[in-house]
Amino acid sequence: MPCADDEAGRIAGEARRALEICNACQFCDGYCAVFSALKSRSLVLAADLTFLSNLCHNCRSCYHACQYAPPHAFDLNLPKSLSLVRQQSYRDHVWPPVLRGRLPGAGWSFVAAVTLAAMALVALPAVLSLPAEVLFGRHDGPGAFYRLVPWGAIAGVAGAVMLWSLLAIGFSVASFWRGMGPAPAGAALWPALRDALRDAASLRNLGGGGAGCNDRDERFSQARRRFHHALFYGVGLCFAATGVATVYDHGLGWQAPYPLLSLPVLLGSVGGVGMVVGTAGLALLKRRADPGPVARSLTGGDCALLAQLFLVAASGLGLLAMRETAAMGPLLLVHLGLVLGWFATLPYSKFLHAPFRVAALLRAAMEQKHSPPLTRKRSLR
Amino acid sequence: MVFLPGWVEPLAGSLWEFDPVLGSFCAKAGALPCVAGLGPSQRRPSGSKAMAMTGVPYDCDVLVVGGGNAALCAAIAARRAGAAVLLLEAAPKALRGGNARHSRNMRVMHDAPTPWVRGRYPADDYLADLRRVAGNADDGLARLFVDASADIVDWLAGNGVRFQSCADEVLPYSRKTAFFLGGGKALVNALYATADGLGVAIRYDSTVRGLHLRDGAPAVTVGEPGVTVTARALVVASGGFQADSGWLRREWGEAADRFAIRGTPHATGIPLKALLDEGAEPVGAADRCHMVAVDGRAPPFDGGIVTRLDGIAHGIVVDRDGRRFADEGAVVGPSRYTAWGELVARCPGAVAISIFDAAIETRFRPSIFPAIRADSIGELARDLGISPPALEATVAGFNAAITGGGGTAGVDPPKTRLAEPITVPPFGAYPVRAGVTSTCLGVRVDERARVLRRDGAGLEGVYATGVVMAPNILGCGYLAGGAMTVGAVFGRIAGREAAAYALR
Repeated sequence: MPCADDEAGRIAGEARRALEICNACQFCDGYCAVFSALKSRSLVLAADLTFLSNLCHNCRSCYHACQYAPPHAFDLNLPKSLSLVRQQSYRDHVWPPVLRGRLPGAGWSFVAAVTLAAMALVALPAVLSLPAEVLFGRHDGPGAFYRLVPWGAIAGVAGAVMLWSLLAIGFSVASFWRGMGPAPAGAALWPALRDALRDAASLRNLGGGGAGCNDRDERFSQARRRFHHALFYGVGLCFAATGVATVYDHGLGWQAPYPLLSLPVLLGSVGGVGMVVGTAGLALLKRRADPGPVARSLTGGDCALLAQLFLVAASGLGLLAMRETAAMGPLLLVHLGLVLGWFATLPYSKFLHAPFRVAALLRAAMEQKHSPPLTRKRSLR
Repeated sequence: MVFLPGWVEPLAGSLWEFDPVLGSFCAKAGALPCVAGLGPSQRRPSGSKAMAMTGVPYDCDVLVVGGGNAALCAAIAARRAGAAVLLLEAAPKALRGGNARHSRNMRVMHDAPTPWVRGRYPADDYLADLRRVAGNADDGLARLFVDASADIVDWLAGNGVRFQSCADEVLPYSRKTAFFLGGGKALVNALYATADGLGVAIRYDSTVRGLHLRDGAPAVTVGEPGVTVTARALVVASGGFQADSGWLRREWGEAADRFAIRGTPHATGIPLKALLDEGAEPVGAADRCHMVAVDGRAPPFDGGIVTRLDGIAHGIVVDRDGRRFADEGAVVGPSRYTAWGELVARCPGAVAISIFDAAIETRFRPSIFPAIRADSIGELARDLGISPPALEATVAGFNAAITGGGGTAGVDPPKTRLAEPITVPPFGAYPVRAGVTSTCLGVRVDERARVLRRDGAGLEGVYATGVVMAPNILGCGYLAGGAMTVGAVFGRIAGREAAAYALR
């Protein structure tokens, strides 16, 4: 089990204690998938901690409904305990393995450093090689962007970084999948995958069993779920915009920038606005949230990802608004640098929560499909 | 005139009217609107104190003593009936809700499946279950209660409580009870939010020290130093007296010192005792408790459901002298918790030990506290502080007495079911104590939830709901989800009746 140091052991021990109390209570079993998955386990092993902590969407309904939450003597804080274990699991399954235990903590400094380095990588060659009248000049017509940064450089560097990141995420998820323990033998993968993707797309587990989650305090609300939808689908639309633009450029020979009412610009604008609204909303909710169920040490990393996504979207929208002015050059460099920085940090930041959670949802759906929860009691020892 | 600086913001119900369209209270035309900056629970009408015909000043129309399910239902019902309501919860806000915060479900009559309960649970079945546990409790009141339980789920849902869909496959099958989504604390949170939104004045950390019922209007003394609050009508919803160790010891002797109290430490029974002192007729029994077997390491209060020991029936149970004293296989269903609570409470020293081996241990849910383990029975006995030869003899005798059919022969007491030898090390043990849910002493009420004197007359303007009157329905018996229904049903009645009395 991930007991590299005392802190990891303490975190795992506390989460295990919490889950064992939860298993004896089960009052929260209507809130989310964690509790039905927990019910089938008499003992909480290290693999179960890895699985359950990533299945938890940190909606905090169970905290506000918990009769054992502080100031009770049991001092039970399941969302906080699981978020600490979850963070530990990102570090345990990072790829390449040489980084395991060596990545800096969950703060924002790592993300900030990589992003600044990426921005420098994009901006410096342009600043050093281009005369000021090009850098700060007005450019329009097809290929305007590429006069500042050649297409080959954009596609080559961003493509290489993205490829690395996807590879690293893939290996991380594979390691995480093994870390959840053996999958139920004979469980149907495809129907389970359909359920898992539906849960991920709808964020059913942020629904608090219907009325929403405890975004900020004991009151229920759908705000967090909606902001997350705005962000998630916003990112999706932006990738769709990039895809369409690639087809335009290489398939049809139409070079960017594209007119305002073109498909890439429309998709990118709506997606960008979604990302801005989503990240700002999530940050605001985080700021106003009841501090009780929150692990303070993780807030930095959470906010770093939100800030990255906000800046990527905001700089993209800014570029769109100012693309016919002298600010286009600097904005383009900033935007490309931010995107590159985001790509580079994907496998090493809070972003891992997305693929890990989908994997945990898939595991939960496979268990669910395998057999109904009440017949899956694991033997004790 | 009592003056309560910053403490009670009186509400005169007559200045507010219920708006059926908005579903909330609005100031009547001409009455002062909300004072700027004050939340809904502090809305203060133009007059500071309402005066009755007698010239007695009132701090509110209806005063609710208690802060659990029963109290909240009463406060909401009274507020919805137009009364200015003040609710006094002894606990701090973080621990509000009495024993309801540890509850899970509510037993309700229904003639057809609902979204919340499967099958049907007709009134006659409910009454039969009540008679089985409650014996000769008031039959007329029981009928009224059962009928009223039919729409209590809808009423609570209308007041913000969320129930778990019975289609949810994680729920155990139940045709008798509706489950609160998230459990009792979620119900408590929802009811407080509703009460607050309706304008019920809620005061936490407000322990009631005394009731004053003789000179006309009911009044209570709250807090230390005492402040007197006067009301037109009083609803007592303060639970049993299980948290008063002195009173418990008077009824149970020294055994009471070993009891764990499973719920709120604020159920000290002060209002109950005051009502009895004022001549209210007692119902139930002072020397009976609802209790279950809990891990002996449970906290002294508020351990709730998770300290229950699941697997007692699978191994053997010995007393502090290492001897078996009951048939562990006699009760293996849901009532095993209660059965063992009673048995352990009457053991020498009110403690017992559940003993099992590594094979038996796989058959039940472990305690939330680690088992005490040893490689031999003698070592285990030493760790437990009991005589090794005695425990060894008990285990050896038990093992030798096991027959093929899961029972025993030639050992006293026998184990009639689930008998398996205790032979596979490591051996394990849990200390066992009696965990008290609530006491079984209450006051007599009528069908309007009025508290009745021994002579049958009502205590003027005084109503009761919840565990303080539950023995009217449940006697000294226990019915899963029954007490929560009693609190809600009679809370609703008490609130409505108290408001009608106060505003008459």
